[in-house]
Amino acid sequence: MSAVFAKLALYLTYPFVRYALIVGVLIALCSSLLGVTLVLKRFSFIGDGLSHVAFGAMAAASVLGLTSEMPLVLTVTVICAVLILRVGQNAKIKGDASIAMISVGALALGYMLMNIFPTSGNVSGDVCTTLFGSTSILTLTPKKVRLCVVLSLTVTAVFILFYNRIFAVTFDEGFATASGTNVKMYNLMIAVIIAVIIVLAMNLVGSLLISALVIFPAVSAMRMFRSFKSVTICSAVISVVCAFLGIIVSIIEGTPVGSTIVMVNVAAFAASCIAGRYLGGV
Amino acid sequence: MALITCAGLSLGYEGREIIKDLNFTVSGGDYLCIVGENGSGKTTLMKTVLGLIPPMAGSVVMGDGLKAGEIGYLPQQTQVQRDFPASVREIVLSGCQSRQKGFFYKADDRALADRNIERMGIKDLRDRCYRELSGGQQQRVLLARALCAAGKMIVLDEPVAGLDPRVTAEMYRLIEDLNKKDGITVMMISHDIGAALRYASHILHIGRRVFFGTKEDYMSSVIGREFISQGGEDR
Ligand SMILES: Nc1ncnc2c1ncn2[C@@H]1O[C@H](COP(=O)(O)OP(=O)(O)OP(=O)(O)O)[C@@H](O)[C@H]1O
Ligand SMILES: [Mg+2]
Repeated sequence: MSAVFAKLALYLTYPFVRYALIVGVLIALCSSLLGVTLVLKRFSFIGDGLSHVAFGAMAAASVLGLTSEMPLVLTVTVICAVLILRVGQNAKIKGDASIAMISVGALALGYMLMNIFPTSGNVSGDVCTTLFGSTSILTLTPKKVRLCVVLSLTVTAVFILFYNRIFAVTFDEGFATASGTNVKMYNLMIAVIIAVIIVLAMNLVGSLLISALVIFPAVSAMRMFRSFKSVTICSAVISVVCAFLGIIVSIIEGTPVGSTIVMVNVAAFAASCIAGRYLGGV
Repeated sequence: MALITCAGLSLGYEGREIIKDLNFTVSGGDYLCIVGENGSGKTTLMKTVLGLIPPMAGSVVMGDGLKAGEIGYLPQQTQVQRDFPASVREIVLSGCQSRQKGFFYKADDRALADRNIERMGIKDLRDRCYRELSGGQQQRVLLARALCAAGKMIVLDEPVAGLDPRVTAEMYRLIEDLNKKDGITVMMISHDIGAALRYASHILHIGRRVFFGTKEDYMSSVIGREFISQGGEDR
């Protein structure tokens, strides 16, 4: 056991490991906050669709040879989030069909671009990295770390400030509209926040596993708690702890970061199910 | 000017018209009851007036300084997802949304929520989870929330459905108090024609035939007399 701690202490002296932990924990925090809203508003598939869009944008950015791909990916994903929400309200194309169209289109485009304009000899390796995150969290530049920290703190601050409104819009749109809340605007805001979270989380777990990061903590917390506030706080705690443990384990054992974090989340979900049965809801 | 003026209003869903060319006004201090058979479009009308669904033709104009933010609304049913985690107090507090100036609830918002929780007799349910309550208990929670939001007007879709007789009587008294003492305008859908005639100042009857006017006019009208004599069944 002490050998593990010694190894851990050694690793923690490396700046990139500390960066990874800070960024990982912050991203996990903000991605868990909106999880409850997404799950309850049946928006979880939007997160999934947007992650594919982010993949396509990422591919385009690397083909274009951009040194920092985040701004482009962020812009494209936010625009698509707004589009999906808009189109979803339009009855002609059904919401989920439009999401599937946008996301699969972006996925195909991204893979196509990476094959036509390979940036390295190992195309399938590149694709895998973008889809599953692999080690990218450990190769963050200080600039990207700063961007991630600012974005995740902004998302968290916006969520706290608008917590009451987000609750009202999630719980009952009709009542919220009648009592003068601008539901359309808040839905838009939620969509933009989701887009930012997706792009952030992509650095941590890769684009295929993002949904896990958003949904697992919320669903686990809902197993144990019965009020919105306690579910939100609990899912933030679960998410942060899981991300922390996942990153540590992956560093020590050399496993892929993204899948390790998701596996820890799966374990936490199983534990919550058992805990929920005995607690009977708090 | 009236609080709400509906002119030439047609409403329905996806191109299918349910009510055509409806005209009525609601003035400050009115107690309007909307009556009619199941499926005649009462809930649809209320949603259109509140701006939740767009009118197919005609207009709904809010006047007299009535802003959407001053209406407390009790929906007929909320599509609350089965697994929504929310405590009674969180839901009632969300009715204070429109009064909320800054980002967070203030002490007087909390006091208002607690007062309305007490009014509806659900104080011991305060920290319970909404989805685990009985239908009548849920109805009272939503009523308490609507009361919090009712600045100038309260709009109720079948407020006494699912309430026991004692709470029903209490409810009618409460609504009357709101209307008479606090001067809050009431718009209510009800199948309880007896109560409608006892408390309302105006009646809007919709269905195959339409009537809008004061209660007295309704009681002496052909359509009103028929509806009342059949205990609330349109022919
Ligand atoms: N979301 C909807 N989409 C399409 N049609 C609808 C929808 N909701 C209601 N309708 C139809 O509109 C008509 C009026 O419905 P509405 O709910 O307004 O009736 P109501 O007068 O409130 O009835 P009740 O007394 O049962 O509450 C009904 O024929 C119903 O089938
Ligand atoms: Mg109805």
